[in-house]
Amino acid sequence: MDHAHPAPVGHGRLVGRLVLVVAAAFAFGFALVPLYNVLCEATGFNGKTGDKKVIRDGIGVGGLAAASRAPSRIDATRTVTVEFTGTVMPGLPWDMRPLTVSLDLHPGELQQVKYLVRNTSERTIVGQAVPSVTPGQAAQHFEKLDCFCFAQQTFAPGESRELPLTFIVKPELAKDIRNITLSYAFFSVDKPSPTPTTPRESR
Amino acid sequence: MSVATTHPGEHHEHHPSGILRWLTTTNHKDIGTMYLTFALIMFFVGGIMILAVRAELFQPGLQLMQPEFFNQLIGVHALVMIFAALMPAATGFANWMLPLMIGAPDMALPRLNNWGFWLLPPAAILLTLPFTLALFGIGDGAIATGWTFYAPLSVQGGIGVDFAIFAVHILGVSSIMGSINIIVTIFNLRAPGMTMMKLPLFAWGWLITAFLLIATIPVLAGAVTMLLTDRHFGTHFFNAAGGGDPILFQHLFWFFGHPEVYILLLPVWGLMPHVLSTFSRKPTYGYTAQVYSFIAIGVLSVIVWAHHFFTVGMPVPALIYFMFSTMSISLPLAVLFFCWIATMWRGAMSFETPMLFALGFIVLFGMAGLTGLVLADVAADAQYHHSYFVVAHFHYALFAGGIMGVMTGVYYWLPKWTGHMYSETLGKWHFWLTVVSFNLTFMPQFFLGLAGMPRRIPDYALQFAEFNAISTVGAFILGFSQLLFAYNIWRCVKGGEKAKDQVWESAEGLEWQLPSPPPYHSWETQPEIK
Ligand code: HEM
Ligand SMILES: [Cu+2]
Repeated sequence: MDHAHPAPVGHGRLVGRLVLVVAAAFAFGFALVPLYNVLCEATGFNGKTGDKKVIRDGIGVGGLAAASRAPSRIDATRTVTVEFTGTVMPGLPWDMRPLTVSLDLHPGELQQVKYLVRNTSERTIVGQAVPSVTPGQAAQHFEKLDCFCFAQQTFAPGESRELPLTFIVKPELAKDIRNITLSYAFFSVDKPSPTPTTPRESR
Repeated sequence: MSVATTHPGEHHEHHPSGILRWLTTTNHKDIGTMYLTFALIMFFVGGIMILAVRAELFQPGLQLMQPEFFNQLIGVHALVMIFAALMPAATGFANWMLPLMIGAPDMALPRLNNWGFWLLPPAAILLTLPFTLALFGIGDGAIATGWTFYAPLSVQGGIGVDFAIFAVHILGVSSIMGSINIIVTIFNLRAPGMTMMKLPLFAWGWLITAFLLIATIPVLAGAVTMLLTDRHFGTHFFNAAGGGDPILFQHLFWFFGHPEVYILLLPVWGLMPHVLSTFSRKPTYGYTAQVYSFIAIGVLSVIVWAHHFFTVGMPVPALIYFMFSTMSISLPLAVLFFCWIATMWRGAMSFETPMLFALGFIVLFGMAGLTGLVLADVAADAQYHHSYFVVAHFHYALFAGGIMGVMTGVYYWLPKWTGHMYSETLGKWHFWLTVVSFNLTFMPQFFLGLAGMPRRIPDYALQFAEFNAISTVGAFILGFSQLLFAYNIWRCVKGGEKAKDQVWESAEGLEWQLPSPPPYHSWETQPEIK
């Protein structure tokens, strides 16, 4: 019956090629990670502000870089409402709230607001705030000159402190955006990957 | 590559018997049978889970279970139905039928085929084990994120997530092995004279599915691997604290997830023309158009993924792009619907069970497509996203489109596989009970979704009570009707009226030239196609 079976040599080649496709697809999945980040930082998708890089290596030079740019003019013809909010992520026993909840400003104006943060636990804890701007299109025009999110924050047991943020909404902001929300998520730095929590805790 | 190929030594029926036969078999029919049996069992496992969910949703308030357990049931139900029921069923069809239909002696890589199947049971066990472990106080149950594994919830979840990640890895490897085997078989083992444009449409549908699988499953594998390292090895792919981004996960997941929908449906679309032409006693209308539609849908399916998260805050140009690219898939799909209907047009139709299921498929799957168009509309989706409207939509696609399509194939081919006719009476009962109770279950969910009922929540506002009660009653009828299906198959395997080789008088294709049931080794001499 041997003649009934097509020569198996042909299979090895095709199988090899298909395995290559699989490997390429696997690599492509990982390549999407840097691609995605580049794309988001360039365009401000997902509310990623340009300062993001600075946060990553934890050195507060973002403000300097921003300040060295030509100062923008103030656009007094329109008013934008900026709202502030924040969340403390599971595993970080802190309280946080914005001292200014909402602010009306003209694009181009330099503004400062503060968040009140308190360590409710009995130990010293380091935290890192990660900002996000909504709508995403506003992110690239929301310039933080100085921000507590540029560096990690250390709080002694029970310590409470006001953390400042200095920012400008650039006049290049699209005319149809009248509301911007800035939100911070505070994470614990001591445990870089959050401990598995029960579903109940994580809600 | 020294992958085993069909080897002559194993010919002439001295295969081991009993359990060893099934463990070691490299025969495409045995493996097809195992895939189909496994799929049927897992269909019931997934079904029981969701009946528990529907029982909880029968009334507002929490009666039977805690929200955590409810969430686990929903996620595992979906993973089981997709990866352990629908996909293995389609692979079972491919194993049984492709060699018969294209005149090949067996699948091209029989040893790989055996491994591909035997990876499935361990994966299914991994997926469901955390339920049992939780009973013994280990961990807090199965994955509770829904089948979509969204970060950051999946980064924070319990051991159920790890089990699900490993299960997905294994299931992925199994599908990739199966796909490679199918592609090689179709490319290399066609009967002499069977050009690509003479290939049965079922083979074409599967060919596109296989290519989609090898292109997208590795991306899913990558995504869940990143999830695993985020959970245990301190990476920050999806962890915002470390500069990662949870939304990246949604992109990676749906880059696989949307093509997956077509992976589940293309084998069924390939099967439909065979059934429709048989029972309309007319040749298939628009063969070439259907082939090109399959290819077009395969290509388009990998560039539309973000329609699953329009509401995540994308820039307007991206929204518009994903909206229109998604809608454009309806064009080749409309070509398929047109061809199906044109095949029946003025045919001498008769309504045996497979034909009934095929007709049910066309009508109900059509509703899935139309409601999908509504969801693809960015403005409308903002209201419908994550509501029961979506649940109803994808059940019209996956149950009516996928599972009922598989049932079409089972009734159509069962006489060929077993050599016996199934009971038409039971088959018709099964069909009508399924269609009526399916609509009873899922039609109300459209209205619930429109009225604002969110999905994946175990409790709901009082005004949703009536429709939920109806849906639950429908679901139980639907679930129990499937026992008829299992019984009918069982009867048919055990005996019954002898099936002719041709089985259906006007069926066309090589598979009908073989005896029913076909010999252990089919097409030892390949047929010549003119
Ligand atoms: C007896 C038949 C079935 C019933 C009554 C049923 C019912 C349900 C229900 C109630 C949900 C949860 C909805 C929510 O709150 O999010 C659900 C989710 C789901 N089902 Fe089914 N289902 C059935 C069959 C199937 C089949 C055959 C498939 C696939 C082939 C399927 C795929 C899914 C998927 C993908 C989800 C989404 C799970 C998630 O949110 O992660 N179902 N089903
Ligand atoms: Cu999709």
